[in-house]
Amino acid sequence: MNKLDRKDILGLQDMTQSEIQLILDTAISMKEILNRPVKKVPTLRGKTVCTLFYEPSTRTRTSFEVAAKTLSADVSSIAAATSAIVKGESFKDTLLTLQAMGVDLFIIRHQSGGAPHFAARTVKSHVINAGDGMHEHPTQGLLDMLTMLEEKGRLDGLVVTVVGDILHSRVARSNLWGLTKMGATVRLAGPKTLLPPEVDKLPVEVYSNIDEAIEGADIVNVLRIQLERMNSGFFPSVREYAKLFGINKERLRRAKPDVTLMHPGPMNRGVEITPDVADGEFSVITDQVTNGVAVRMALLYLLLGGGSNVGTA
Amino acid sequence: MPNKDSGNKVMDADDIRRAVTRIAHEIIEKNKGAEKIAIIGIQRRGVPLAQRLAKLIEQIEGTSVPVGSLNVALYRDDYATRLVPPSVGKTEIDFDVSDRKIVLVDEVIYTGRTTRSALDALMDMGRPAQIQLAALIDRGHRELPIRADYIGKNLPTSRREHVYVHLVETDGEDKVVIVKQESGERGAQ
Repeated sequence: MNKLDRKDILGLQDMTQSEIQLILDTAISMKEILNRPVKKVPTLRGKTVCTLFYEPSTRTRTSFEVAAKTLSADVSSIAAATSAIVKGESFKDTLLTLQAMGVDLFIIRHQSGGAPHFAARTVKSHVINAGDGMHEHPTQGLLDMLTMLEEKGRLDGLVVTVVGDILHSRVARSNLWGLTKMGATVRLAGPKTLLPPEVDKLPVEVYSNIDEAIEGADIVNVLRIQLERMNSGFFPSVREYAKLFGINKERLRRAKPDVTLMHPGPMNRGVEITPDVADGEFSVITDQVTNGVAVRMALLYLLLGGGSNVGTA
Repeated sequence: MPNKDSGNKVMDADDIRRAVTRIAHEIIEKNKGAEKIAIIGIQRRGVPLAQRLAKLIEQIEGTSVPVGSLNVALYRDDYATRLVPPSVGKTEIDFDVSDRKIVLVDEVIYTGRTTRSALDALMDMGRPAQIQLAALIDRGHRELPIRADYIGKNLPTSRREHVYVHLVETDGEDKVVIVKQESGERGAQ
């Protein structure tokens, strides 16, 4: 398989194992370009990519921009706060306006789950979901998998513990859909108030005791506590969360001796993770950032390549 | 797609070995030794050929020759028109190409478009002192002003034919076959 037979990347839930494998293989090749003195290849010359972000973001948006520019695409970046959206232009009209300017691919982050799906139905251009509400963040799931693959040489059979605010986390959802497809075992751990309803129907193991969840894990993926959402009493205090669920050196000892520690960022040091662990020997947090660019390059390449009949409005 | 194994065998293992050995000598002769030479194979089958050439040159001259592997998918001129984007392999060149005499190796030279992509890819990595081109088979039909410096065998073909190079490293045996194409589609190589 060397073609993604789809117009859009909306989530990992509806992707097949071979599609994910193709993306990861392509991303491994793309990484080499990032280590060159001249980080530029001419592949996407003449293609226009637009990032349309309704939520704040540093790493995801910059990562997409760097990926597109490395492949020589032209990039325009639109942040909701500084665009005609504040004048009341609807999401649909914004999309149609940009499509009429010749945007070949939209990268969309939105606070509402399903917004990229709506966009994908509205425009002929390609759409990549850069995070929609509490639903999915497929490129984060893919870059996490690429990082695990690099660290462990395989995904099949790995035990991956995802810790933290599972309820609000699109990263957790993309992780679990992607990883279970690739043959890994996913353990979700967090306070009961931060586990989604009907979590028992997901293909995962659920723990409310962090020490049990970490026992024997190959990977510990620590989620950010979304302090901006923590105003409705999900747990008594940040300090109590840190004590009961924060990842520190002692807790990490329960995992495999060669455990890999991951965090999608931005980190709340001292809350979900202690600084010595975040900067410690098991941490691959900065590798994740580099892999994010490689994965996004792979997706842009695979979607914008070929004589497809979509993409040109 | 025609069967890659049937068809007329135009080179066997001995023919390939002799041609590669001759090219190794020609490289040394033309460059008056192996100083500053590096050999870069175009993926996939240019790579084992590059490794063979480097080994031979080392045996003859006693100087070690670095070998690299180049993937040109990102530089192709048909990226936007092909139905399937070419699969991207990893380029592995762990030496600085600047000021080196690079011998680019491909198994077949045909339209010249792959070579053009490879030249652009190399230029993005530095400024080689020279780039030379070696091909096991030259089958003609150039669409660009490109010629090989070293050729294993000139093979006059029609555009309706395929040339398949099989190598031990990638296909289990050394041979070159030429296959007639049934439909009017253009040959892959």
